[in-house]
Amino acid sequence: MQAKARQLLLAAALLLLPGAFAQTQISIGLFPDLDSHVNAILEQFQAENPDIKVEVRVLQHGDHHTALVTNLATGSGAADVVAIDVGFIARFVADGGLVDLNAAPYNASQYQDLFAEYAWLQSSTTDGRLIAMPTDLGPGVMFYRRDRFEQVGASIDDVIKDWDSYVEFGRQVTRDTDGDGKVDVFLIADASDVARAIMRSNIAAGDGVFFDAAGNAVVESDRFKEAFRVAKEIRDAGLDARIGSWTNEWYEAFKRGTVATQLSGAWLLGHLQNWMAPETAGLWGASDLPNGIYGSWGGSFYGIPEQSQNKEAAWKLVQFLTTRPDVQLAAFERIGAFPAVTSTYGDPLFDEEIPFLANQKARQLFARVAQNIEGRATNPGDQIAEEIVNSALSQVLDEGRSIDEALAEAQRLISRRAR
Amino acid sequence: MTTGSRTTTRRPSPAKGAPAGGAPVNGTPVNGVYARTFRWHRWQRRWAPYLFVSPFFILFAVFGLFPTLFSIYLSFQSWNPVQGLGSMKWVGVENYQFLLTDPWFWKSLRNTIWIALASGIPQHVIAIPLAFVLVSGVRGALRHPLTAAYFLPYITSTVAVAIVFNTIFGTQFGLLNWAIDGLASWPVTAWLFSGIKESLPINWLGRAPYIKPAISILVAWKYFGFNVVLYSAGLATIPREYHEAAMVDGASPLQRFWHITLPLLRPMMFFAVTLTIIGNLQLFDEPFILTNRTGGPSESGLTLAMYLYRTGFEWLDMGTAAAMAWVLFLVIGTATIVHFLLSGRRGLERRE
Repeated sequence: MQAKARQLLLAAALLLLPGAFAQTQISIGLFPDLDSHVNAILEQFQAENPDIKVEVRVLQHGDHHTALVTNLATGSGAADVVAIDVGFIARFVADGGLVDLNAAPYNASQYQDLFAEYAWLQSSTTDGRLIAMPTDLGPGVMFYRRDRFEQVGASIDDVIKDWDSYVEFGRQVTRDTDGDGKVDVFLIADASDVARAIMRSNIAAGDGVFFDAAGNAVVESDRFKEAFRVAKEIRDAGLDARIGSWTNEWYEAFKRGTVATQLSGAWLLGHLQNWMAPETAGLWGASDLPNGIYGSWGGSFYGIPEQSQNKEAAWKLVQFLTTRPDVQLAAFERIGAFPAVTSTYGDPLFDEEIPFLANQKARQLFARVAQNIEGRATNPGDQIAEEIVNSALSQVLDEGRSIDEALAEAQRLISRRAR
Repeated sequence: MTTGSRTTTRRPSPAKGAPAGGAPVNGTPVNGVYARTFRWHRWQRRWAPYLFVSPFFILFAVFGLFPTLFSIYLSFQSWNPVQGLGSMKWVGVENYQFLLTDPWFWKSLRNTIWIALASGIPQHVIAIPLAFVLVSGVRGALRHPLTAAYFLPYITSTVAVAIVFNTIFGTQFGLLNWAIDGLASWPVTAWLFSGIKESLPINWLGRAPYIKPAISILVAWKYFGFNVVLYSAGLATIPREYHEAAMVDGASPLQRFWHITLPLLRPMMFFAVTLTIIGNLQLFDEPFILTNRTGGPSESGLTLAMYLYRTGFEWLDMGTAAAMAWVLFLVIGTATIVHFLLSGRRGLERRE
């Protein structure tokens, strides 16, 4: 009986052996539009690594991250390489789910200088782990309608000098242009965008956005009070259209030129020219954020789950996708994913004029912003803290609650959560 | 199991009184082959029924019973799922303590009850008369297409419905604001809308006071058709003779509706209202999509089920989420029991 079993095992092993030698099978979990890039570039990867075969799995943005949480929880089912949006990074910094890429054998810190500093820090934890490698960035800029500026004789440099000049411009540009009794041009879609930009700039050294190095909430600081104050000024003066992002109203506002400015990541350009408002080509411009601040909107990362059985091959793929300038540039060309590797910024691609922005060489601006954004380590409580601060902001803007009171309550709620 | 074996042994069986290991079937001699076949038959007769019903119970145990029991256990733990199953920590009743002192929990409970009432009551107030008219007033070919039309929103995907309503509730270019504006400007209806005109355009989904009404409108619209179908079925069971007798006595249609239809519809009303209570207190998809996952400004559209989901799957606090699930269960249970005590006992007995 035993001999028979041994024979069978041997036969099975012999049958499987050639396959085992030939290729390591790994998988990569993505959300759109990353899949268009990866699918196209995989051929090159497989030509360079004939021993690795990659299977691409795609889910919608939200589903992808929900599935990832479930897979990490149950310890099975995750792809060998997983894409993570920066908005979800805070969820995964908890120890245990994703491998620490700073540790051996990955030693990712050797690559740190390749990357925009802030992006590297976004996926770093306060205790020095790196849970994912940056692949694309969302350098924050202000998109503006050149025609709206001309109509009131404003120059972009004067407007972005500081927040007061920005609000002052808002008072001029927000008006009823066709005389039907309704305001049809606003400074910005929503005043809260301004608050979010301000609270993420001029952060004291060592602090994160919402927490200090010791993990205490810092939402009662002057940074937040200033953010809330400017937003409230804009709202009270009726300068914002009160339109939420990613709504039909938002797209409609871009099409009709209802909003004169929009603070956003550089990636908004691709959305505007491809589907949101292609007919407005040539009417737009891009500039620094007001008051000389630098900020980021979005960005993507690649991590390796601890449960992966092929970490070595997975790491090869991650290195290929994130550290190679040619691959990074290919992603930029194909899906507009702004490279996280800064050496790519010297490429002629960055000197190109962009017709949608009236032939502005905007990519140079994006690159400069990307290199100037301050880096902040991520705290696991960031996501809930942001939620609570947003709630406080809408209480201040919509319900007339006092700024100090709303922030004090937010501080209390965040501290309660961090039990 | 005991019941099963008892019934089997009570059945007249050739095994009774037979010596162990053998059976005189049709007078054939006792030998090993027959005995084995017989044991197999007996075994089969006793266990086959359980085998055939087992798929349901196995699936139920895996996907229903185990998660339910596990969530009780989980509600006393602190667990971040990203760290894997091994990272659970026993925290006693801390999750429940946190919840009962959490302002957002109470806010979402109030929101849930508000929306449940504001969307639930209109569903029935509209559905009962509508079903009455459909069953007694509309004759022939028109009735079923109409019922189907009312039922259509119920079977349409919530996501599709919510996306359409997102457009209807738009501030600058929304259909609802456009309609209100039109009615407020039209001299015939202007007086009705005089108070609203000043606040136009209303930011239905962007401002705290309007979110709950907006969600309630959607929910009431989506589910009233289901109630129309329930009540139509209930109405069909009321014998025509009652109405004929009342008509002979000279009762008007309104009187017949009030004194015959409504009382006899009680059992169906009890059933429909119970379903509404349970469904509305678990409200999730509609506010989730209308408020773009967040619950809206100041969490004014955050329902308990949504808060539960966000706590567990977005903020990765599974223990608190499990505790919330059990609190929600208690809330729904209490509401259903109160409803049963108030109307159930009377409602379930049909007065002849």
